[in-house]
Parts: sequence; structure tokens; C-alpha cells
Amino acid sequence: MNLFLQALNWVLDPAHYSGPNGIPVRLVEHVAFTGLTLVMAAVIAIPVGFVIGHTGRGRGAAVALSGALRAIPTLGLLTLVALVVGVGLEAPYVALTILAIPPILAGSYSGFEAIDRRTIDAARAIGMSEGQIVRKVELPLGLPLLLGGLRSAVLQVVATATLAAYVADFGLGRFLFSGLKTNDYAQMLGGSILVILLALVLDGIFAAAQRFVVPRGVSAGRFEDTRARSTRLAR
Amino acid sequence: MIEFRSVTKRFPDGTLAVEDFNLVMPSRKTTVLVGSSGSGKTTLLRMINRMVDPTGGVVEIDGTDVASVEPVKLRRSIGYVMQNSGLLPHRKVVDNVATVPLLSRVPRKKARADALALLDVVGLDRALANRYPSQLSGGQQQRVGVARGLAVNPNILLMDEPFGAVDPIVRAELQRELIRLQRDLDKTVVFVTHDIEEAFLLADQVVILKHGGRIAQVGAPAEILAHPADDFVASFVGADRGRRALHVENHGGGDILVDSEGRLAGVLAAASASEAKAGPVSGPGASAQGQDPR
Repeated sequence: MNLFLQALNWVLDPAHYSGPNGIPVRLVEHVAFTGLTLVMAAVIAIPVGFVIGHTGRGRGAAVALSGALRAIPTLGLLTLVALVVGVGLEAPYVALTILAIPPILAGSYSGFEAIDRRTIDAARAIGMSEGQIVRKVELPLGLPLLLGGLRSAVLQVVATATLAAYVADFGLGRFLFSGLKTNDYAQMLGGSILVILLALVLDGIFAAAQRFVVPRGVSAGRFEDTRARSTRLAR
Repeated sequence: MIEFRSVTKRFPDGTLAVEDFNLVMPSRKTTVLVGSSGSGKTTLLRMINRMVDPTGGVVEIDGTDVASVEPVKLRRSIGYVMQNSGLLPHRKVVDNVATVPLLSRVPRKKARADALALLDVVGLDRALANRYPSQLSGGQQQRVGVARGLAVNPNILLMDEPFGAVDPIVRAELQRELIRLQRDLDKTVVFVTHDIEEAFLLADQVVILKHGGRIAQVGAPAEILAHPADDFVASFVGADRGRRALHVENHGGGDILVDSEGRLAGVLAAASASEAKAGPVSGPGASAQGQDPR
């Protein structure tokens, strides 16, 4: 408990809020790095997931690949890449991108796959072009599951991005590694608390966004269903 | 007028869905393609708006080969209604109806006003305009589907088993409504069904299909009932048994009609009853909807 109080004190200490090693700078670095990693992973995974969900082909391969990628220990991969490309941000960037790909891939292919084929067929039959089908039908209907994938990727990356400090002077992980080196456990725990808070905030944002993007008609139908069911039970 | 000339469709997996199919579907008439699954009826329908391209032969609309028209443009000029309404679940009813006009850059205000007017045409309350499809009953969704099909004011309306997924009472209602609509709107309707009762009720021209899109018989409902081309047709329309095979029995001086299973079907009425589209005989059996004769 004492250690926990010390950690809180460390977090609240105004002295830790200035300078290049201050909490705000580290926080911004951490968020920016997480964001860049997600962008890279999304650029790779969403088109692949879209093609799989759209054509229904390659699903087995994607599942196997995602499973394999998930099984890779990130610290090991980070070390391996760092041995090749050297110390710096490249190694954690690669390792975290690979960490983020499976959930985004799964979210995007299941999102696009879950759309009723008949809806797409009808959209085509009434004269939507392929581009319009993607923009006006598949994206809005696939977005909730896709965002779900992004959300779990964010959670994993924001937590694991502490490892970036293992090979670079970067991000919130810095507090963990320097605390470890100097036996400053208050700093370590304080850094961890910051990472946890950041993860919770980001997850909350994505949860809200996910609710927001569920198409009204789809959620309206769900609402209607539950109401119909409870009325029937009441009778 | 829609014309099929030696149309063949072989799917990439080798299935021959339609072989050497020839047919003229007259303008402003309802042609019903009827057959069991595997008869290629849906494939034939989808060749008209190029959802399926034939591997041989030509499909022409008013003398123009559809293959020469860009598919998206072609489809926007033809109404299409499918079995499960195919509505976009994330769009309100009014926006679903206005989908194609909006794609064709009709101003939003006009498209919405037209869509509301179409709800009247298909017998839907305008209060439903701002609901989502999932909040409507199956029958209401089908009506919205029909309204969407009519939204571009097409000359041709393609209907692929549009009433197949609703219950018999609603189906009968929608069928009556379609007959009324067709009287007012005068479209060239191509309708696919596996229900011979539905075909006889709606069609000016019935096309009975065998496996592989081979035509067993083409004709007006009464012609087919009166002169089935072969045993297949006779058995398909049920002329040889059950509720369609009626015979007269004399009961104490009065004539009554009895079907092949001995059920009373009705009485022999005055000759004007032969105007009824479903057949020359009046009686509960002959006009019963949503009942399988087999």
C-alpha cells in the first residue's frame, strides 16, 4: 500500500510534468507511436480483410496466419528485429505492427463477411456500381465489427508499446525501464498506472465510437426485438 | 418487348442452367416463369438486367441487345424486386425507396417526395417512411421492395419470387395488390415463382419450365389448364388430380362439382364465371391461394 501511495505521489508530482523526460512528452510519444502502429497495421490488414470478407476466399489462410502471428512473443520478435535493424524505433514499430494485424484482420473480414449476401446482391441488382456497393453498403454495415477489431488492437498495442523503451528512449515505457534500472519502484508503478489509465481512456473512446457507428436501422431493429420479446414474456 | 433468342447459360462449374431458350415476353403484360428449383427460372430473369450474362444467344429489350448496354445503366432502368426485399438495413424506408433516383442524381427533395408518393401507390402508410426495414413486417418490407422497384418508373419490372417468404394470407393480399398495380401502371412484368397457383393468378402468359430451362409449355393460364401440352405439364398444374380435377356429380337433380378426392368444390355457376382469370370453373378449390395442389 505504501508503494502504491508513493507511486501516486510520483504520478502527481509536478516536477514530473516538465522537460523532455516529463510525463506529457512521454504520453504524447506513446500515443503517437500507438497511433502510427495502428495506421500501418490497418493499411495492411483492412484491405486484406475486405478482400477475404468480400470474396469469401482465403479465410482459412487468414485464420491460420492470424493465429500464428498472435503466437509470436512480441518481446522476442522485438529483440530479433532490433538485432537486424539496430537500436531505435524501427524494431518496436515492426513488432507492434505485427501484434496489431491479427485483431484488425479478424475484425475486418468478419465485418465484411457478416453482411447478408442478399443485401449486396440486391444493391447490385438495382444498379449500384461496385464502388457504390463498397461505400454505401459494405462499409457502413461492416464498420462496427471492424472498429471492434481496431479496439482490441489498440488495447494490445498501447500496453505493449511500453516495450519501445526497451530499445529506444521513447514513450511511457521509459519510466518502467529506468525505474527498473534504479530500483525506483514508485516510478515503475507510476508509469504502469499511466499506461493503464491511457488504455482505459482509449478503450472507452473506441467503445463509444463503436456504439456510434452501429447503423441506426440495425440497432433500431435490435431494440425493437428486445422490446417485443419482453412484452411477450410479460403476458 | 423482351426477347430471348437461343439463350444458353453454362456456369463456370459446368452446370448447364439454360439451354437454347427462345421466348418473347410481350410489352405491358405479365409473364410468369414457373418451375421447380433447377429449372433456371431465376437465371433467365437475371439475364434481363445482366445480373447473369448468357454464355450463348441474345437477350433483347425492344430490339436492343442488353449485352451492348452498360450493366449499371441497364439495371437502373429496370425495376427489381427480390424475395427477401433486399432492403438496405441501415437506411430508412423512404431512403431505401429513393436509393436509385438518388444515385442517378435526382435532387434529394424531389426523390424523397416521389418516394413518399410511391408508398401510397403500394399501399403503405406514410408514417412508416422514417422507420427502418427491421421495424417492418415481412409483408410491409415486400411492399417497400416493390416501391423501390417502381422508383425509377421503369418499363420493366423483374420480380424474383417476391412473395415467397411471407405467410399465405399476406401473400394473397400482395398478389391482389400487384394485380391492381399492374392494371394502373401497365408495366412489362417478369415474375418468377414455383407456385403454379400464383402463376395462374398473376400471369397473362405462363411459361412452365422443366429442368435446364427447357420450356414445357407457354400460354395463357386457361389454355394451359384446358390443353396441357404433355403429362409433365398436366401433373405440374395438377390438372390430373386433387383440387383441379373436378367432375360434375348429379345430386337429386342438381349438379355439383367434386374433386378427385371426393371433396365438394362448388356448383356449376352461370357462364359469366369463366371470366375469372384463375380458370373457367368457380369454386373454392380453383381460386384458393397459397395452397399447394399436390
